Amino acid sequence: MHPILDLRHRPAAALVGLALVAIVLVVLPFVLTGIGTFWVRITNLAILFCLLALGLNIVVGFAGLLDLGYIAFYAVGAYTYALLASPHFGLHLPFWVILPIGAAVACFFGVILGAPTLKLRGDYLAIVTLGFGEIIRIFLNNLAQPVNITNGPQGIARIDPFRIGDLSFSTTDSIAGLTFTGPMKYYYLLLVVLIAVIAINLRLQDSRIGRAWEAIREDEVAARAMGINTRNMKLLAFAMGASFGGISGGMFSAIQGFISPESFVLVESIMVLSMVVLGGMGNIWGVVIGAVLLSFAPEILRYTVEPAQRMMFGRTLLDPEVIRMLLFGLALVLMMLFRPAGILPSALRKRELETRRSAG
Amino acid sequence: MPAPASPLLSLEALKVAYGGIQAVKGIDLIVGDGELVCLIGANGAGKTTTLKGITGLQPVQSGTVRYGGEDVTGLPAFQLVRRGLAMVPEGRGVFGGLTIEENLAMGAYVRQDRDAIRADIERVYGLFPRLKERRRQTAGTLSGGEQQMLAMGRALMSRPRMLLLDEPSMGLAPLMVQKVFETVLAVSREGVTILLIEQNAKLALEVSSRGYVMESGEITLAGDAKMLLHDPKVRAAYLGVGA
Repeated sequence: MHPILDLRHRPAAALVGLALVAIVLVVLPFVLTGIGTFWVRITNLAILFCLLALGLNIVVGFAGLLDLGYIAFYAVGAYTYALLASPHFGLHLPFWVILPIGAAVACFFGVILGAPTLKLRGDYLAIVTLGFGEIIRIFLNNLAQPVNITNGPQGIARIDPFRIGDLSFSTTDSIAGLTFTGPMKYYYLLLVVLIAVIAINLRLQDSRIGRAWEAIREDEVAARAMGINTRNMKLLAFAMGASFGGISGGMFSAIQGFISPESFVLVESIMVLSMVVLGGMGNIWGVVIGAVLLSFAPEILRYTVEPAQRMMFGRTLLDPEVIRMLLFGLALVLMMLFRPAGILPSALRKRELETRRSAG
Repeated sequence: MPAPASPLLSLEALKVAYGGIQAVKGIDLIVGDGELVCLIGANGAGKTTTLKGITGLQPVQSGTVRYGGEDVTGLPAFQLVRRGLAMVPEGRGVFGGLTIEENLAMGAYVRQDRDAIRADIERVYGLFPRLKERRRQTAGTLSGGEQQMLAMGRALMSRPRMLLLDEPSMGLAPLMVQKVFETVLAVSREGVTILLIEQNAKLALEVSSRGYVMESGEITLAGDAKMLLHDPKVRAAYLGVGA
């Protein structure tokens, strides 16, 4: 358990800490809106990536199944929402109906990916999942004829925002004297979902299911000898991870208002996996930190790299886009060299690496 | 051969094949309730394949596996554990990244009774005091012999009626082998039925009540362990003593 949340041993400090974090999280969008609404949008995307990374962490961190096509479930959720709440089919279902449908459809795809790959591990599983991610994206790109389902590369536009009664999440409203912009409303909604997902993950990790995944990750044959139904548990990991991806995808769809297959390319899968690895596979807080860092880093670099070059050399020598990827890669290499288990390694992962070092 | 009064595990004409290779060619084997029976034989005789056939890790070609009066042929390992048939896989298979205590807790996965699990962990520590000293250490840092003890202790955590042990002496120092066999005997005295699969014929026969000798997929000899220990053929083939 994380020291900030050590309610049992330091209840006062923990409560004060929690209260401070809560205040910061509540006030944050007002501060960010002061700087520019753009930053609230970036924050929202960061939270979406947290959700995705937490979902992938179930598959990769808990069950130890390397998935390189995870973004496919995000795509499935996003398209489910877009098709059921846009002028494309003329359907406009409310979001609380679609999100569970999106989760279920993604879950179904998770099982479809999981079932044939049950006997694969490591590299082989990675290759199949990678292929799966690409298949979904290519399908989305081409399902425009003979029946136009996904509208192909043009994507789907004018997707409905979330709406609760008369309150739309896309407009600016004044509530109790405070001005709430669309992104701010989404921010609070996303925050609530993120807290719920973190809570589910924490419970999951300490449950019988969590222990079964741990055993499978360590040694599958031995796990079976413990009385664990490894087949069902692996399928469950795929299904749960996919469901979280599907929910995130639906929210992404509503927030962006427009989606196209381009948003679900392989690099996105790799990005989410990097968040999990960088933060610390299997450590829920680590994964959240990894997702936040990697979501914000490119944006912060975008705003510092160019001015910094101009200051040093008087002109822009390197395109910020190029240098961003360069620095990003460098950061990942350094991480793997100096903190291979991630920023906040899971206790287990740390011990494993130590064991391996002392054994080797 | 005196057959045991009430068989707990029985194999009837069991055949197991790997691809085209017939590794187990229709064997009959009985383990009575409370017995310690060993299955000995040279490398490649089909001992481990027999075990894989029993535990559903390798599909059975034909024949029957009966456990506790029930036909369990082809049932996966995890369901056998729930019926009280636990196994210690070849090469031990401890969870290297987990501590000893976590390994033991994992062994009780099929059980829900927290307090009794706690008590059983202490019971295993009583059986293997070395594990208690290192309870917070990861299993990967243990020596081979200690890992074997942990694997056995972990299997006991499911409160099995019967244990299948696959080559517990493999790759261990002679002193450790002695120790492992002592614990096998201790576990047997606690009332757990054991089928012991071993290459070390002498020690296996010394602790067992009955034994089966396997050769290229077939049972060639069976009977009282003491008798087998003095059988000239067994002595010549497995004990390195000229007949």
